[in-house]
This record gives sequence, structure tokens and C-alpha cells, in this order.
Amino acid sequence: MKPQAFAYHAPRGLNEAIALLARLDNAKLLAGGQSLVAMMNFRVVAPDAIVDLNGVAGLDGIAVGGERLRIGAMTRQRDIEVSPLIARHAPLFAAALAHVGHRQTRNRGTIGGSLAHADPAAELPAICAVHDAVVELAGPRGTRRVEARDFCTDFMTTAAAPEEIVTAIEMALPPRGHGFGFAEFARRHGDFALAGAAALVVLGAGGMVDRAAVVLFGVAHAPLRLAQAEEALRGRALTRAGILAAAAAARAITPIGDMHASADFRRHLVEVLLARALRDAALRIGVDVGGGA
Amino acid sequence: MSEHAVTLTVNGVAHARTIEGRVNLADFLRHTLGLTGTHVGCEHGVCGACTVLVDGRSVRACLMFAVQADGRAVTTVEGLAAADGGLDPLQAAFREHHGLQCGFCTPGMLMTLTEFLRENKTPSAAQVREAIGGNLCRCTGYAGIIAAALAAARRIAADGA
Amino acid sequence: MGTRQFGARVRRSEDADLLRGRGRYVDDIHLPSMLHAYFVRSPHAHALMKGVDMAAARAAQGVAAVLAIEDLPGAMRSARIPTVIALDDGVALRTQHCLARGEVNHVGQPVAVVIARTAALAEDAAAHVAVDYDVLAAVSDARAALAHDAPPVHCDLSGNLAALVANGYGDVEAAFAGAAHVFSDAFWMHRGGGMAMETRAVVAHEDGASGMLTVWSSTQTPHLGQRILAELLARGSDTIRAIAPHVGGGFGPKAPFYPEEAVIPAAALLLGQPVKWTEDRHEHFLSAAQEHDQYWTLAIAVDQSGRILGLRGEMILDAGAFAPWGNVMPNIAAVTLPGPYVVPAYGFAVKVALTNKVATVPVRGAGRPQAVFAMERMLDRVARELSIDRAEVRRRNLIAAEAMPYTRPLVFRDAKPITYQSGDFPRAMHMALASARYDGFKDRQARARAGGRHIGIGIANYVEATGLGPFEGVSVRVLNTGKVAVATGAADQGQGVRTTLAQVIADAIGCRIEDIEVRVGDTGAIAQGVGAFASRQAIIAGSAALMAGEAVRRQIVALAARAFAVEEAEIEVADGVASARGGNRPALSFAALARLAQGEPGAAFAAGQMPGLEHVAYFAPAQASFCNGTHVAEVEVDALTGAVRVLDYCVGHDSGRVINPMIVEGQVQGGVAHGIGNALLEWMRYDETGQPLTTTFADYLLPTATDVPTCRIAHIETPNPLNPLGVTGAGEGGAIPAPAAIVAAIEDALSPYGVRFCEMPLTPERIVAALREAGAYARLAPI
Repeated sequence: MKPQAFAYHAPRGLNEAIALLARLDNAKLLAGGQSLVAMMNFRVVAPDAIVDLNGVAGLDGIAVGGERLRIGAMTRQRDIEVSPLIARHAPLFAAALAHVGHRQTRNRGTIGGSLAHADPAAELPAICAVHDAVVELAGPRGTRRVEARDFCTDFMTTAAAPEEIVTAIEMALPPRGHGFGFAEFARRHGDFALAGAAALVVLGAGGMVDRAAVVLFGVAHAPLRLAQAEEALRGRALTRAGILAAAAAARAITPIGDMHASADFRRHLVEVLLARALRDAALRIGVDVGGGA
Repeated sequence: MSEHAVTLTVNGVAHARTIEGRVNLADFLRHTLGLTGTHVGCEHGVCGACTVLVDGRSVRACLMFAVQADGRAVTTVEGLAAADGGLDPLQAAFREHHGLQCGFCTPGMLMTLTEFLRENKTPSAAQVREAIGGNLCRCTGYAGIIAAALAAARRIAADGA
Repeated sequence: MGTRQFGARVRRSEDADLLRGRGRYVDDIHLPSMLHAYFVRSPHAHALMKGVDMAAARAAQGVAAVLAIEDLPGAMRSARIPTVIALDDGVALRTQHCLARGEVNHVGQPVAVVIARTAALAEDAAAHVAVDYDVLAAVSDARAALAHDAPPVHCDLSGNLAALVANGYGDVEAAFAGAAHVFSDAFWMHRGGGMAMETRAVVAHEDGASGMLTVWSSTQTPHLGQRILAELLARGSDTIRAIAPHVGGGFGPKAPFYPEEAVIPAAALLLGQPVKWTEDRHEHFLSAAQEHDQYWTLAIAVDQSGRILGLRGEMILDAGAFAPWGNVMPNIAAVTLPGPYVVPAYGFAVKVALTNKVATVPVRGAGRPQAVFAMERMLDRVARELSIDRAEVRRRNLIAAEAMPYTRPLVFRDAKPITYQSGDFPRAMHMALASARYDGFKDRQARARAGGRHIGIGIANYVEATGLGPFEGVSVRVLNTGKVAVATGAADQGQGVRTTLAQVIADAIGCRIEDIEVRVGDTGAIAQGVGAFASRQAIIAGSAALMAGEAVRRQIVALAARAFAVEEAEIEVADGVASARGGNRPALSFAALARLAQGEPGAAFAAGQMPGLEHVAYFAPAQASFCNGTHVAEVEVDALTGAVRVLDYCVGHDSGRVINPMIVEGQVQGGVAHGIGNALLEWMRYDETGQPLTTTFADYLLPTATDVPTCRIAHIETPNPLNPLGVTGAGEGGAIPAPAAIVAAIEDALSPYGVRFCEMPLTPERIVAALREAGAYARLAPI
């Protein structure tokens, strides 16, 4: 389990990294390496060149400005998990990150790496999608943005071109006092989820749902925003029956099936998890629909 | 083949070597520097046996290339005991509470818990369990490790008070 | 007198080095000009090899040699690896060749080896070894393998039924015919691998000056390895030194002798340089032996009150492609099944099936977790069907303490009838139930259910045969420094053998435990040895340690008496000093005595005096010992997701007299963790063509710290009369009843829905499927 030999490059600046990526054949970007290096050790992935982003200046950090949140691609998952800015403005990230691997992997793993790797069971792409974040990409022809919900296009495949680098995610700050919920089912703590769901809920006048966003992950080749569930919630009060009805929308999906979980089991799980995520979101904004926590 | 000059400190001692890009940090510590206390159990980032601290933060040494540790300060199990060879409070607690059997996962456990106890002065058993959730042990069933971590936390708090 | 060590929570002597990162595992060994090996392994579950082209690999960078079977020395070219356990006539199990010889029978079988300057270069070059395979049909399911038209696992065999083993006694037909109730069930049980955290590893080096071939291997049985290697290399075993240094866990799969343990020494001899091979985790999944599936059908006949009248069943045992530890599993299953219960009539038959999967060996518990699972699940069935409490149905059937010694007319591996010499089964169960607060559980369960939580409790009893022969040895020698050097053939993979033996010897000889230095797992330290398996170390090596320590004490007493010119009865020995009780209490330290024992040039020994303070003792048990216990698990099930959490775990454990409670509790706790893995998580999966599917730790799930509770362990110490220490062994017991207790608890938690489980591992998906089939989700909402 030693990786195939490769040429190692450690650019200091973004432009240098982009240039290397454009020039080198069969090159891979190395961010936190928590998935890529394992795959290289198995020789499932055998790049001829590695472009290490860890020394590239300006790619990490969490910033809030102009009602927008920006997280640099090379920000470590652990730093997001414990960030006071995240806790204040987008606590769903921290709730989800508690389930992402283990402390040692979060110390190295990055948000940009997680997005670019696009594992269907990964939490962070789903959390970006439910926040209506955009993914910022830099390439030889400049910078562009892709909606996070469209970024993961298929199994471990993204909208980024081979010569593009994820540089940040950006999103509008969720409204103060929004409710959030996160639930996933993994065989052991820290494992990739067999299925998961996350929800954001904003109440408007009269306690009616003003905005609802729900995302499922681990069930399809990419995170799945569930429009039917969101619509079912919008404009109504948060009730147990309403949540169960919204969660039932998950029955319509066609999940992936593999040796870890059949499609049927995933469909069953994700309905349960979505209901629980919504229940927790409601509870966080003071609406107790029952059913324990 | 790409060879790279690497300069780093391990347990406070500076080392300069030239290595191939594909050598991971665990193999570098073990086979280039001869610090075989860091163990390799899976080489795919699940078992946690190879956990070391890089600039004070726990990492899987099998998922980091040694060349990436250039300029960093690495701490391994060999760096825990005092200069006079005395066990540190966590190591001593492992012995006292039978926190090890075959000893293979032990260095990774110690390094993971070293970081954890630095940040959690009064942890609960549940927090300790979660902290070592990424370190597999096949021998102990974890009970002795958890007891040791809790005892070490109390000891460190008492010593610091 | 010094402090008595036997029975004390002595802190381990092993720990000081291990905690400082100063352990010495095989991969830690670095020798000058050492080369590194990487094995080319079969990607096919069954194929004929038409040719192996090694030219490109031999020309690759840094490569010293590429070897296939024809390149190996002597007997290794044609002979299979010698068996350590003889097979009965007609048993079609076999070991493998050191490298594949024209045919591969499972994915991962070694075909060739590349030796290169670094491990990475060897792996690079291995990709250039071109093997021309003629792929054959393969079979991975043991039931399918027994079909008349199944493809043969080995081309030279006409079928895959490797053995038929029947056991039993009494009039089973009559027992069933006259029974008030007969219940039967079918079980699927799986265990997977030992999954020691340290993979296998071998370093071999022939010293040109001495001609000694030294082989370091991460093995449970260095002495067996030395013997087999000597046979394969046609060398005297006195020119081979096998060392198992620090070993990072064993659990069974490191007991047999592996092809790599022959090929690496052969390569070192051919190349005249040290060679190292360290198995990677992926290889471990493909090539380290495991336990495979068992398919059981079992019927129990009981009277109106739930008393067992008869038991009969059969099992299909998946033996994989090779069986380096013989055909021991059918017998272990048969003798374990009746366990601690009175079973008047019994019949059990095993069909051993070959499959195109990795070799099998007993894994911690050695087939007993499955047998106990089947028996305990049947008793739970009886309890439910007859509306008797599950503890009560067991009480009615347990062998009474007064019935000891209890003989069952079943012949075990030691060729002796099963005889329980010790144990108080009702008491062990009582203690476990008491600490689990079993009597109050119904109330706790009712309260939890009222709050929407599903909790359940499960009970499992077991009896484990331990301490198998043939023998183990311990040598004790007092050095001129006053230290006591101890060596044993017993090997240690974390059990604390060094500490346990030192405790016994310190008491026996009369010295401080810190002055004892124990060397384990080194054929250079003691000529005869066997190794670690069958929970045997404390019994066999422990008894030998006592015998050797007492012998050396007698030598010390004799020498001191002579030196002080007093009667031997006047001598006392404590803390490494022999002194006379009378007179001016003259004393001599062990250091002084050791020198005295060597005499002076020209001087004469007293009549009968032998040089040195030294003795080697071997203990050969007359028959197997039996430890026993009861486990009680309390679990919570998330009925919506099938997630299971073990809330509480109580153990009543009788391993005879306890040398070191801390170590025994560690063994039990670790065993329970292994059992939790078997109950809920661990599943080595193959597709129907024999391709392994779970070859990473992300796919094959081991229990983590969040999955395993801290057990509460009560010791019952009924002394074992079969050895001078009174011990019965503790290495495996923890793993044996855990799956039965946990699955029973899950079933109990979900009893409102009437679901039943006859499988291990029991996965969340299966729990949810069963609940759905039972219509539970009409009554359960996600929130």
C-alpha cells in the first residue's frame, strides 16, 4: 500500500497552482488528503503529479462581510467546527462536522477538498447545498461560481473542470434565529453516512414557515435538495403532522443501493432522518413538535 | 522520481533529509528517522495507530506525505516522557489502568488523547469515547483506555492546581 | 516474606517500553542491507496458471529478485506446507503451497514474490509480473458449494464436501418422540477475522559467520514455525531461530504457519541478504486466515416445564480453500453446544465445505461463539414458547455445582471425554444477573417503553474448553546479577504473559517481581515450545512456571543450607535473599548464591550438587480444562433505524483462581468487545464469484470506543484441580457468549413486535426489514 511514484509540486500562489495544473499530465490537487492519500495508498488513484495546495497563500479562513459568509477552500474542517463565526451565523456546519470522520481527519481535511472529492455520503457538500452556497472556482480563464446544489454532478464528479481549483464557498448569511437540524445514520460514529438529512427553517409572521430548505445525502450520487418537502413546509405552521408529511416526500426518491445498504433501506432511513432533522430545527426555534430529541 | 529536501523537528530535535515525494510521514518517522514508536495499522486513515501531532494537532501520519511536514514540528510517542525518562501523567495512567495490552494502538491513542486532554480539562467518559472513536484497539475493549484518560485528566488538573 | 503476587493487581512489566514507543515489533527491525518483499497475489478466486512472466519485473528499478514456486529451494518447490494437526482419514482439507503451483483457489493467494531495495519499489515491480490465468468457475457460498453440480474448489477434487463429522450420545429419536415440545430454528453465523492491529510481518536473515538463520515473525507460535521451516528447508532446527518479538495482537489468525513465513527466509537464503515483508492491511483481508460462515439447523426437545430432553442439529461449515489448523472446528462446535446444560440425548453432524475463499483458522473463541449463539437462542425460544422467564428456563437446565466433576460422553480434541472438573454455573449466572439488576429489568423496560424507548436484556451462558496440550515449558535461571531470567515457549500478543508468569515465579522462588526478566516467543531461549491458542498460557505455561520456580527454590535452599551448614528446613527465601532462621541469621543474596552455584575451578561439588541455579519444567495437561461464565447485555434499539446501543454489560466469569484480576478483566473486556463486533458489525463479504468485497477498515467494521461499554465483571473462582495453580484460562471467554446475549437483548427490546433473529452479525438493515415485515411501522412514527 505504497503510492505509485509522483512528481510533487508545492506552489506558493494560486496562479502558480493553476499554471501547474494546466501544464502537468495526470495531476491531482492535494488539499487535506484524507480521502485522496488513502486512495493513492491503495493505488486506486495513481497520479503522475501532485499539486499540493497546503502552501498556497490566501486559500483558508472564515470571514463575514456584507451579509455574506465566505469560507476559504483550504480551511480545515476542525477550524470550521470550532469557529465562533460559524457558531453565530451558520451553526448547521458545526452540527454536521461533528459527524465528519474523526478529530485527526478534521484537523487535516478541508471544506474545499470535501467538495471537490464529492463523495455522495459526504456531509459538507450537502450542507453547502442546503445553505444555497456558491462554490468559487479559479482556472486559467479566471474565476467563476457554481451553485453548490449543482456542484456535485454525479458519483465523485463535480462541475469543476480538470484545470480548475475550488477556492472558496460563499453564501448569504442565514437569517438570525433560523432553525437547523441535522440527522444521519452511520454504522459507527464518524463513519460515512448510509443516509442523512439536514434542514434549515425560517419562521415568518404568525409563526408560519417563511423559508425551508432540506437536503438529503448518502442516498443519491450527489446531495439532493427535496423541493417537494420544502414546498410542503412553506407557508404553514411547524407541526408534527406537517413535518411527517414533508418527510414522506422522501419516499418518492430512488436511492442508490450497495453492499452497505439497499435502496429500500436508504429510502426508509432518509424519511426518518429528515423528520428528525426537521423536528430538531423546529425545536431550535422554540417549536416543540414532540417525539423527543 | 522526485526527491525533496525536508527540514523539520521531531520531538524538538531538528532533522534534515532528502526523500521521495511518495513517502508518507509515518514511514518517514519509522524508517528514515528510526522512530518506530509510531505504528502503521491500515495505511488508509481508519485505525489511528499512526496518529502523531503536527504543530500540536493530531493527524493521521499515513495520510500525510513527509514532504508536507517540511518546516513543521512533529511530536511522536517518543516525545511524551520527560527528559529523565519518567512517564507523563497519561502514560502513567495507561499503565495504572491497564490501558494497553499488545501495545500496537497505544502510541496513536496516547497522541490523540494528548491533544484532547490539552483542550478538555474535565472530560466526561462519553467525550473520551468520542475522542478516541477514530483509534481502533482490538485488545482492550477500550475500558482501560477510558479509565486512564479520565484519571490522567484528574491528575493533570491536580498537578496544575 | 515478600508480598504475595498471585491474585494481586500487579502492574504489567510489558508496559514501560510499550508506552514509550520502545516496543520492538517485527516491522521495527532494521538490518543493514535489508531488502523488502511484496507478494503478487491471485486476483481470481479460482484459476489455472498457464505461465508467469517475470522478466519485466526482474528488470524493474531496484529489484533484486522475483521468485515463483520453481525458484524456491528444495521441498518448497513441490510440498504443501506441513500440517500441524493431523487430519483423519477421508478428510479432504489441505494446506497451501508456499507459492501457488499451477492453480489458485482464492483471491489473495500468493503467486510470486518481488524482492527489492524498498517496499515501494517491490510493489511497483509486482505490477509487472504477468500471470497468464485460465479463469475457472468458483464458489463462495458453502451451501452452494455442496450442490452436486457446484464447481470444485480444487481441480483435483471431485466435490467440495471435505469432511462429515458426527457426534452425539443417548437415544435422540426417543427423546424427541416423547417430548412435550419440539422447536427448531435455522441460523446463519459469521465471524470474520481476528483483525489484530498489527498485520503479519516477517524478517529473515542468515548470519554468515554462525550459519544461523534468524526469522522474526509476528506469530503466536514461533516454535511451530521453526519446526515447519526446518522441514521445508531441510535444515536442522538448531540452525533456525524463530522469534516472535512484540506482537501486536493475535486472536487466532497468527497461529498457523503461512506461506510468507517460508518464502521470506527462502529469499533471504537465496540472496544472502536480510529480507523483510510487512503485510499491508489490504493483503491482510485477502490472505490472513479467518472464520467463515456457518449454517445451522437445530432442534430442541423439552418437557412441559422447559427441561431439555434432547438436542439435535447439523451445520454446514465453510472451511475456505485451505485449513492450516486442521479440522478442529466441527468437534469444537459439537462439544460446546450443550454447554452448561443437562442434555440427556444429543446428536450433531457437521458437513465441512470447501469454498474459494481465504484459509480458515479458529478466531478468538474458536467456533464457540456460534455454538453458544445457537444454544442460547434455542433456550430463549423455549422460554418464549412456554412463557417461562429466560433466566428460569436456564436455571432449570443448568448442571448443578454438586454434579461436578460432570462427564458428558463426548470426546474432545484431547481424545478424552468432556469432563467439567470445576465451575458453579448457577452461581455464575446468579452473579451476572444480580449485577445486571435483572429482577428489576421488566419495570425499567416498561418505563422506557412508556417514553417511546426500546430497551431489552439478554442472557447467555457458556462453557469453554481451554488449556489444550500438548505442553508448554518454562526455564528459570538465577543470574550472577541476582536477577532471575525466565524463558518460555508461550508467546505473547498482548495477554501479559510476562507479568503473569513473573507473578507465579516470584512467589514460587522468593524474589521481587522486578528482578524477574521474562523472555517469550524465542526458540533461542528455550528449545521446546508450542505457542498461544486455546486460552492456554496461564494454565500450561503458568503451571510450568510454578514447577520451574519451585525447583530452583529447592536448589537455592539446598545451596544455602550447605553454605550455612544448617538443615534445609532452617532456610527461608524471600525478596531474593536466602537466610537461615537461626544463629546470627546468615544470609546470601541470589547474586552471591548464583556465583556459589558455579563452584570454583579445581574445587569439588558436594555429592549430588548440580551447577547453577536453573531448571526447565514442562507441564503437559492430562486433559482440557473448562472455564465458564454468564453474560447479560442490556441494549437500546432505535426501532426506526435499527441502530443498537449496548447500554450495560455484566459478566459473571469463572476462570478458576485468578493470578492477576487486572489482566483477566482486560481479557474479558477485550473479548466482549470482539463479541460486540461479531454481534453487530463484523462481516467479511464476498460476491458469488469469490471476490472479497470488504477489504478496508471502512468496509469491514471493527467496534470502536463508542460501541463498547465498560463491562462490570464479577469473578467466581472455583479452583481447577487439573493444574497446580487452579486456573482455567481467560483469553477467549469474553468473546464467546457476547453475540448471543446481545442479539437476545435486541429481540427482547423489540418483543412488542414479535420479531426474531437467528443470525450474527445482526445489522440495522435486517432489524428494520424484520420490523417492517412484522408491521411495526404502522405503530412507529419517525418522530
